[in-house]
Amino acid sequence: MENQPILSVRNLTKKFGGLTAVNNVDLDIYPGEVVALLGDNGAGKSTLIKCVSGVHSPTSGRVTFQGEDVNFSNPIEARDRGIETIYQDLALANNLDVAGNIFLGREKEKSYLGGLIRSLDDKFMRDRSAEALESLHVEIPSLKAPIETLSGGQRQAVAIARAVYWDAKLMIMDEPTNNLGVPEQKKVLELINALRDRGVPVILISHNLPDVFAVADRLVVMHRGQKVTEKKISDTNSEEVVQYMVGALDDTRKAEVVG
Amino acid sequence: MTDGATKNIKEPGKNASKTILLSLMQVWAWVFLACLVLAFIVAVPLVSGSSVSFLSVRNSQNILVAITPVLLLGLGQTFVIISGGIDLSVGWVMSFASVISALALRGAFNAGLPLPLAVLAGLAMAVVGCGMIGLFNGVIIAKLKVPPFIVTLGTSFIVRGMALLMSENTTVIGLPRGVRNYGNESMMYYVRGDGGGFYFFQKPELTVELLRRMDRIITYPVLMTALVVAVAIYALKRTKFGRYTYAIGGNEVAAVRAGVPVERHIIKLYVLSSVTAGIAGFLSMLRFTAGSAVIGDPLLLSSIAAVIIGGVSLFGGSGTVVGTVIGALIIAVLTTGLVMLNVPSFWQFIVVGAVVILAVLIDQTRDIIKNKIGSS
Repeated sequence: MENQPILSVRNLTKKFGGLTAVNNVDLDIYPGEVVALLGDNGAGKSTLIKCVSGVHSPTSGRVTFQGEDVNFSNPIEARDRGIETIYQDLALANNLDVAGNIFLGREKEKSYLGGLIRSLDDKFMRDRSAEALESLHVEIPSLKAPIETLSGGQRQAVAIARAVYWDAKLMIMDEPTNNLGVPEQKKVLELINALRDRGVPVILISHNLPDVFAVADRLVVMHRGQKVTEKKISDTNSEEVVQYMVGALDDTRKAEVVG
Repeated sequence: MTDGATKNIKEPGKNASKTILLSLMQVWAWVFLACLVLAFIVAVPLVSGSSVSFLSVRNSQNILVAITPVLLLGLGQTFVIISGGIDLSVGWVMSFASVISALALRGAFNAGLPLPLAVLAGLAMAVVGCGMIGLFNGVIIAKLKVPPFIVTLGTSFIVRGMALLMSENTTVIGLPRGVRNYGNESMMYYVRGDGGGFYFFQKPELTVELLRRMDRIITYPVLMTALVVAVAIYALKRTKFGRYTYAIGGNEVAAVRAGVPVERHIIKLYVLSSVTAGIAGFLSMLRFTAGSAVIGDPLLLSSIAAVIIGGVSLFGGSGTVVGTVIGALIIAVLTTGLVMLNVPSFWQFIVVGAVVILAVLIDQTRDIIKNKIGSS
């Protein structure tokens, strides 16, 4: 199992009318690794990710998750299979408390009178939320306060704790350190490391190369819808990565020349 | 790892005065209501003679009877506004319910049904008829994404026309005499003074003199409203239904992504709002033994005022049912108290308007202070 990829994308293409946003991309993600997905705006990384997380349906190609072909028709289906996406805008309800967010849409209920009356089991949800945060070494001042009172990093932690609690098999994080102060960025990188320690692979979409070099095991660079390179972090450096991002270097062209 | 853990270090004392102010502002509506009641208790006997008391059984029951329709309209509105919407149709929906429930009751009774069943037929007609209107509102808002303000404004005109058509632009009368009892009697009676006391379940057989001193405590419409309020408090605070209502008002996109059935929930909210307005129309029909197509419209803005005074944010995401009850009580206490002080009734509008604006000002200031404390 260790050598089997948890997610495997083959020849994935996504077209919007005449525009090819993602062009024949392969991608493998193995358990317990952090893979950075890099590229300029419009390089196709978001579209690729949305094809994995069920927002878009690929025009052609195959997505295999945990050894099975999948074709999600919406993000909720993908999430139920264990693919959690943490969006830039966090997708939390700021007026709800931590437990309200972690259990949103999947609330635990108690029933009375044989199911006639059902109420929220707040104690259960609060206790489980505290455990999930604890397991990520996150401290939140009050679990009962609406999360609008939390800092950006703490909210990011709540979003990650939600994914961990619901047993995410693959995490996709879209620019998770954007709009955060430096100590908070550091905290989020620690959380990504904590996910790796638990064996949960992470796809990290980022523009921030220092972040990528600090936390990722591998990186994949996209340019104009194509995957232009895939390297181990130890085999490259930021100058080279930038060259790939702007299109000055391109492994697909090399392959064509060699072939 | 723990050294990097996010911690909110609380400095005791630094924000103490602000915190006290903040907690005062959280409960200002309660304090305001209490002050109003106290002020009227003192002022009313001074102005109107020592025999008149503001908090007499009769007057407090009158206040309860008066807030019943405003409160019912405000309840559904509370849920709708917390979810980020608004329902402008509830006033005319209440009128519509008054008319159709009167017609159904009269029809059922004339067809030979016993009175209790005829009353139930009236209730069923109000609930189902108004439920359909709510469904119409909800589907257009949730599925076709037309802004709730527009949809419910349009519906309000449509329902107004329907109510006037069905009532043939006149009051629906000719209801059986016994209907009066459903709308005005209670299970508890109190007779003031000599030979008086409490009577339960049965209306006491008394002399005319004693009957004049008799008051009904918690009439059936007030009782039914209290039950609806209790269910609403529970539903908003303790159930998935309430949680989804807050979540949609807080961040609709997040709710969708979290798997909350947002469209279905929004439809349910507008059905709920119309049904509570329908119950208000039904109860007023019982109270006046007549269906009226113009009974509800003046109450729409009062109900929204009650909701806002009660602390529900028009931007959605926050508010409580208890707040709306307090808001409705504040309006009713103000109105009744001013009347008892012989203040010309037009002043009521001026005062209520001022309180609405004051309420929003206090809530805004509170949020600003809260954010300052939170970020410091």
